Amino acid sequence: MTAPASRVTGNAPIIEVDRLSRRFKQFEAVSEVSFDVRPGELFGFLGPNGAGKTTTINMLTTLLTPSSGTARVNGYDVVRERSEVRRSIGLVFQQPTLDEYLSAEQNLRFHGYAYGVDAALRERRMTELLEMVELDDRRSGSVRTFSGGMKRRLEIARGLLHHPSVLFLDEPTLGLDPQTRHRIWDYLHALREQEGLTIFLTTHYMDEAEHCDRIAVIDHGRIAGLDTPDGLKHRLGGDLVILQADDNAATAREVRETYGLPATVQDGRVSFHVPYGEEFLPGFVRRIEAPLTSIGVRRPTLEDVFLDLTGHEIRDSELDEHDLLLQQGGRR
Amino acid sequence: MSVSMTAPPRGRMGAAAAEVWRGTWVVAYRELLRFVRERSRLVGTLLQPLLFLVVFGVGFSGIIGPLAPGVDFVQFIFPGLIAMSVLTTALFAGVSVVWDREFGFLKEIMVAPLGRSGIVLGKAVGAAGVAVVQGLLMLVIAPFIGVSLSVGAVLAVIPVIVILAVALAGLGLILASFLRSQQGFQLLMQIIIFPMIFLAGVFFPIGSAPAWLQVASKINPLTYGVDALRQIFLGTGGSAELGVELFGRVMTIGQEVALMGGLGAVLLAIAVGAFTRQE
Repeated sequence: MTAPASRVTGNAPIIEVDRLSRRFKQFEAVSEVSFDVRPGELFGFLGPNGAGKTTTINMLTTLLTPSSGTARVNGYDVVRERSEVRRSIGLVFQQPTLDEYLSAEQNLRFHGYAYGVDAALRERRMTELLEMVELDDRRSGSVRTFSGGMKRRLEIARGLLHHPSVLFLDEPTLGLDPQTRHRIWDYLHALREQEGLTIFLTTHYMDEAEHCDRIAVIDHGRIAGLDTPDGLKHRLGGDLVILQADDNAATAREVRETYGLPATVQDGRVSFHVPYGEEFLPGFVRRIEAPLTSIGVRRPTLEDVFLDLTGHEIRDSELDEHDLLLQQGGRR
Repeated sequence: MSVSMTAPPRGRMGAAAAEVWRGTWVVAYRELLRFVRERSRLVGTLLQPLLFLVVFGVGFSGIIGPLAPGVDFVQFIFPGLIAMSVLTTALFAGVSVVWDREFGFLKEIMVAPLGRSGIVLGKAVGAAGVAVVQGLLMLVIAPFIGVSLSVGAVLAVIPVIVILAVALAGLGLILASFLRSQQGFQLLMQIIIFPMIFLAGVFFPIGSAPAWLQVASKINPLTYGVDALRQIFLGTGGSAELGVELFGRVMTIGQEVALMGGLGAVLLAIAVGAFTRQE
């Protein structure tokens, strides 16, 4: 017995979430979240710490019961068909969940037993996965002696041992060095190609969100925007022009009045979006009356998208959340 | 009639039972695996009773004469020390859920398609397995201190250890549900393990203690385990001086085993309840 037969056919969503909410006493961690994930998609939840990403993952993986709303994974209800959901998914948590006193192989074998994977299949799959994450030479080594990156790779291998339909990754590269992060992403892309796996991940790294087919930007428990990375950036209205002038407020006013563009002043700089920055700039510089000190143009980043959708930078809200946790006396 | 019609329907109940069963053996298997890999734990749990045997046994046997015809002090405390190693092992196995939670492995277990009650039973079964191996290892000392071993005695010891271990693992699991981190663990072990050992009649016959202490001893489940093992090794059955009297009758091995079994079932049921509610 391995993963239960999928109830999802054709291109119907493999994850269906409808007005999912979760409250912890007064605090609403996730409120009325709805989205779909298509089979084979690499879907990302982007948001600061405490935005409700882990809470959502915990509900989708049956570890937490929703306060209201419904969710289906692989066609199974996460509350009424927990067991089928569990067998349909692989999970890599933020914190390591390996038995450090056992070897890499023993950890994988335990997982195989727990999911009732057929012995011959298990051994074959173990070899295949350990090779993929480049740990085959350390298979009998004690996990205690592994580095953070090796542990994460082993966990990814373990999460795939029972041939899940969806792999959930909660901040898969948190606390890893850039080189290891890069390698983890290589594995994830390879996996998608080789196995047609659906991947759902959460991250607060903007550069990682760029890897995703689609991103849901989540803030304070709500989805603020959902689209492809390019689609999200496109919605901002094109390239970002940033300039500094002797009088920023007056310059912003001039841009608004002359061009009808919603220019804003923030951190001593004026910024606004135009469809084609490079073409726009020469004429603009010639015509502007306010004396400028500097001007530049760049493509919008997800950072800009996040700022536009939530009204703050991802870093600011992390501080908020930290304060919130302190006020609540800490949560486990 | 088609084949699929005659095959037993694997309904929801059947699937749930399979998950409980798989949870039990998978978790028990891991406990045994860890025991094999962690040599220090094995040495630690064996050394403590040995130390007691040397310090108390050799030290006191000179001043304390035979406690009954043919039973000197070292022989008297030997079965109790086996019970003591069962206590440490089983209680630790139960409380180890706290470690699993802290180091994350519990999540791996919780998200797997395993029955919750199976996870609890697995801890108890694993504890019993480890306790039996340790108990049998301690029997190696028996010939050196003049305790004669028969095949029957060795075989009789195993079920007593199993039942005692399961009951104590249940107790450990209940204690674990009160602990949020390892911090309280040391204190808890101090206030549980040592009183339990000293009140269990490991070092003195219960019958010779003052009445108030006897009451405390008879509430202690370990008392019956110690006495059952003592009856098996030393053949002290029916002896009012060395045995345990409950409601005016000296307890037999059968009664003691039944009592521990009943208590174990209750403790495990509470542990299952506490675990399913909490996790």
